[in-house]
Parts: sequence; C-alpha cells; structure tokens
Amino acid sequence: MDLEGWTCPAPVRDRPRVVMGHGGGGVLSAELVQQIFAPAFGGEVLAQLGDAAVVPLGGTRLAFSTDSYVVRPLFFPGGSIGDLAVNGTVNDLAMSGARAAYLSCGFILEEGVELDVVRRVSEALGRAARTAGVEVATGDTKVVEAGHGDGIYVNTAGIGLVPPGVDLRPQRVVPGDVVIVSGAIGLHGVAVMSVREGLEFGVEITSDCAPLGGLVDAMLAVTPDLHALRDPTRGGLAAALNEIAAASGTGVVVRERDVPVPPAVANACAILGLDPMYIANEGKLVAFVPREHADAVLDAMRAHPLGADAVIIGEAVEAHPGMVVARTGLGGTRVVDLPIGEQLPRIC
Amino acid sequence: MKYIDEFQDPELARRLLDDIHATVTRPWALMEVCGGQTHSIIRHGLDQLLPDKVELIHGPGCPVCVTPLEVIDKALEIASRPGVIFCSFGDMLRVPGTGRDLFQVRGEGGDVRVVYSPLDALRIAQQNPDREVVFFGIGFETTAPPNAMTVHQARKLGIPNFSMLVSHVRVPPAIEAIMSSPSCRVQGFLAAGHVCSVMGVEEYPELAERFRVPIVVTGFEPLDILEGVRRAVRQLERGEHTVDNAYARAVRPEGNPAARAMLEDVFEVTDRAWRGIGVIPDSGWRLSPKYRDHDAEHRFSVGGIRTEEPAQCRSGEVLQGLLKPHECEAFGTLCTPRTPLGATMVSSEGACAAYYLYRRLDLPAGKAREASPVV
Repeated sequence: MDLEGWTCPAPVRDRPRVVMGHGGGGVLSAELVQQIFAPAFGGEVLAQLGDAAVVPLGGTRLAFSTDSYVVRPLFFPGGSIGDLAVNGTVNDLAMSGARAAYLSCGFILEEGVELDVVRRVSEALGRAARTAGVEVATGDTKVVEAGHGDGIYVNTAGIGLVPPGVDLRPQRVVPGDVVIVSGAIGLHGVAVMSVREGLEFGVEITSDCAPLGGLVDAMLAVTPDLHALRDPTRGGLAAALNEIAAASGTGVVVRERDVPVPPAVANACAILGLDPMYIANEGKLVAFVPREHADAVLDAMRAHPLGADAVIIGEAVEAHPGMVVARTGLGGTRVVDLPIGEQLPRIC
Repeated sequence: MKYIDEFQDPELARRLLDDIHATVTRPWALMEVCGGQTHSIIRHGLDQLLPDKVELIHGPGCPVCVTPLEVIDKALEIASRPGVIFCSFGDMLRVPGTGRDLFQVRGEGGDVRVVYSPLDALRIAQQNPDREVVFFGIGFETTAPPNAMTVHQARKLGIPNFSMLVSHVRVPPAIEAIMSSPSCRVQGFLAAGHVCSVMGVEEYPELAERFRVPIVVTGFEPLDILEGVRRAVRQLERGEHTVDNAYARAVRPEGNPAARAMLEDVFEVTDRAWRGIGVIPDSGWRLSPKYRDHDAEHRFSVGGIRTEEPAQCRSGEVLQGLLKPHECEAFGTLCTPRTPLGATMVSSEGACAAYYLYRRLDLPAGKAREASPVV
C-alpha cells in the first residue's frame, strides 16, 4: 500500500455561532469572556475574572457575584435548581472569604410550566437560603413563550462582606503551597447525568450540593492567611486547578491516587469514558494553603461536616508554570488540561 | 471500584515492568491497535515506565479518527435537513467535516442529540413518528453488533422513520494494510481485546504467520497492557510469532457467536475509506440490501457526496505508526484540540489528542510551550 498522499482534513477553526461548549467552563467559555464580554464591558474589577468581584465600598470590602442556573432536570438526587441557585452563588462569595448576606432571585418561567413545580422550586430555594444563613432580599419574574425555555431558569446575585485581613486570590499562590480538596469529587455531575440521561449506575449517586460558607469560616478561623479557594463546579477539579495555575503562574502537581473519587463516580465515568477530574461539583472546595498552616487547616476542615473527608492532593511548584500535572498511580505523569468545551462521552 | 483497582495495582505493575525490563535485550516496536489502549497508555504514563528499547506505536484504532470526511459531510447534510433528529455518540459531534461539525449544525438549529446507545435513538423514533430519526453508526467490531441489532429491531417492530448512517470498520484488514506497507516498522501487535471479544481470534493466526509478527490479544487497564507488552516482547526475544490471548477473562477464541450472527444478518463487507489513510479493501461494513429501507445514505440520497481531503495534516502517518504526534510540525501550534487539523486531535482516543492532553511535559521545550492552552 502506497503511503504517499495519505492526508487528513481541514479544521473547524472559527465558530460563527454559540455552541454548548461556550458555557462549559473550559477554553471556549474563557474565550467568550476574554474576547467579547470583557472588552465590551471594560472595568478594572471585571478584569480580575474571579468567581466573585471584591470591591471597596464605604470602608468595607464587598464581595459581589451572580450566576444563572439552567439545569435539567429541575429536580435531581440530592437537590434541585432551587438549591443550586442559592448554593452556587453563596459558594462563589465564600471563595473570596465572604459570608453571603443577601441574595437577589430572578425567575424566567416558560409558559405552561405547572405552578406546583414553581412552588416546589421556590420552597427548595427558600430552604436552601435559610440553611446557608442568607436572605433573599429582592427578585424578578419573567415569562417566555412555550418552547423558549426548559421550564424554569433561575438567576441569583449575592453580596457579602470580606472580613478584614482576608485576601483570597489565585495570584497569592506560591510554590510550596499545599493543595487541599474538601471531599469526594464528581458527585453532582454524575447525579444530574444519571437522571437527565436515564442512566443507571447500580447505586444511586446523590449530588453534593451544599453551602460552603461555614466551612470557609472554620478554615479562616485557623488562619486568615489562606492563599486561594475555588469551588470546582463546571469543568470540575481540573478546571479549578488550571485557573489557579494560570492566574498564579505556578505549576500544580496532583497525586492522582490521593484525589478522592467515590467508587460509584469512578464506575460511572469508566462506563461513559469521562474523567472524574472534569466532572462538576456543587459542594466542594479546593484550597491553596501555606505549608505551615496546612495541617491545622486540614484538621479544622475535617472537624466540619462538609470537610470531613478533606485530603491533601498535591502542591504548587515552580516547575511547569501555569500547568497542572498529575502523578499517576503507577508512577508516570500526565498533564491535566483545561477542558475545551463540554466533556463528551466516548464511543467505546 | 474494586474490579478496576485490581488492574491498576502499582505493586503488580512493578512486577510486570521488572519482568519486561529483564526480558528485553534489543529494540522492539509494538503497535497497540486500539485508541482506548493508546489513551490508557498515555493517561497512566505506561510508555514512560517501559524500557527505552520497547517502543509503543499508536495504531489506527480510534473509530472517531478514521471515519472518513465524506461520511462526516453526509452526516452534516442529513442533520441539517428539516424534520430530522440526528442521534450520535458524543465524541462525533466535534469532529470536523468540510468547514463545520455537528455542534455547529446544532447551533444553526439542527436537532442533533447525544445518545448513549443506538436503542435510545430507536426509542426517539418511536416517540416522534412524524420525524425522521437517524443514528450515526460508526466504530469497529465493538460497536457494530448493538448497531446491527438496532436496525434488526427497527425492521422487526416496523419503525419506518428510523435509519442509520453506517460507516463501520474492521480491524484485520487494517492490520494487513499496515504490515503490507514498505515503510512499516511494526514488529508485534497488541490486538484490541473488545474487538476480539466479539469476533474471536480466528482471523489472526494467518496474519501472524504471513507477516511473522506476534499478535497478543490485550485489554485496556494498565496491567492488561503491561501483560500484553510482556508476552509480545517474550515472543519477539524468542523469535516466535503466534497469536496469544492475554485477555482471556473477556475473550473466547470463537468470540460471541450471537453477535457475529447478527452482524452477518444485517451487514455486508465492503471496501471502506479510512480518514487520513485511504481505501482499504474489505475493511468495512455497510447495511445489506435486505435492510436498505433503514439505510440513511439511501433514504436521504447523500450517496453522491464526495469530498477531497486537503493535504494539511499528517495524521495518516500517525495512524500507521510512521510518525509520533509531536513530530508533526503542526502539533501544538496550528493543530490543537481547540483547532484540530485532523481527527486524531479531536477524539479523546486519538493519539494526537492523547499526546496534547497528557504528554506535553516530555516534549521539547518549544513544543511544550506552544501546546499550552490559550487562556
């Protein structure tokens, strides 16, 4: 067989329209923000591109964040869109060290959705707010025509105060910092996938959806000198670690065997050809902590119900700046990259 | 997950590696046929742990990578038509056809859906009797039986609005094509375990004898692969060339007779183009005339679509083990998962994507920098 001229095709380089990957928390999402939103909006605060903006106001530092929730189905094992709408925004604030104080809540309802469903989502949202110790202070409702939405979309925005002496930013991460994850990863993404796609994995997997303000308080009580926190939501642990590596200019090394992947999540991912490191979480955080405080912070986390399974999974290093590398269980290494768009289940 | 953990045990891996290190006296080049094996090798860093004298060459066994441009263009054309629900496994959605991909068709208003089983597509057809539902049936001998069964079911249940765009490929003719190439350097094969679990191993002894290469049927977990390498190297060191089943927990010599019978009923062997490689005689399956009503190519009259593949990328050489991904000039610069020149950079099982995702630390400094994500 003649090998000359065996070729391969031209690329799809530029997408003229939005694709799902633009909302996936990976490279396409980042490009959307950096190439379209940030230049259009301007502003120094936005340029920080944190999950929450930290702004000076009246002698205090205010943390401010917003997020929209478009999850399908509206109810899943371990939570609902109402729980997510509270915990997602509360956690974005918590990652800047702020305890959320007030939330706004905007509902976009699709014509035809049952009022009982709206009631159940609202009650779940209210319960989640009370659990998180935050008050829904204002809101808005819009209705779109049938076929123009997935029943209910929710937007929440939240504000809270950043305590004095607390400065949590990826830019503060330095080589030698210890990387701690607060517990098992991948539960939320697999739980939602299991009901959305009608997949059965043998055991029911429950979302980890939870408010993290209390856990962050417990950590800050040990030392206000935490360097950076992230909640690894879209794009999972891999995206969170990559964002911090890129923003801090340090490398990150993760010991793969120490990353807590529950058997049920590992099982589901093996079946679908997905990597647990990229699966979304809604009640976990990853912390970059100065080495001298690591043991104390770890103890404090383990004493809190939402950090009982906290473990050290790696450290920030000088080598390979901006890059996350996993040491595999067998002693090899691999780069853990930012996802491109959505994770796609493999064919076989 | 206990079952998987057992096949990733570091202590057992170390023993296998010690054995391989002690056995090897000369350089050997082994090809792992399947993209799933490539993914596992790179993801677990196995190639870094093997002796330098054992070179693993990545084969053509990524079904996404080898699906021809022409077929992708047919899929794009069908998926764009009004009234069509186009169903596919997820990883086909990002593979570029001429100028666009299935994601883009969806962005333009096409009803493109990710399914996890061809039977899901059949169910969608039952639920939408006024729509045409098309399933994208690609892959090796592994995915062919469930796809064949789905077409069989569609006919049995009388579901007229279901059809399949079929582009299945067969492994043994590809091995034959690779070994027949004058520039081939492969000295042994790790055959794809799941392919053999369907088809058995009876097609392999003749190939092993004719080309004087050991063929070891190998699984996908790290220990499976190390055991496959160990057995292949042993044979090579002894000058042997037999077919050896190192995946006996899943593969019987005769394969799966029920699956093979279903394949024979629904499909017929045909010449098939492999993306980046070209036409390999008898290397594919298409729907047999009996199932012509369920052949999307026939139903949507896209048989006439012909596509020229521009000579911009060298993935054909990668697929045959003639080139390592990072040896390509475009790797990490012009060609990344974000801007793939070829399908080997798109699919998570593709050798180029595996190198890009996992192996940048080992690349020359310039390449590694170029391959960093642009964020």
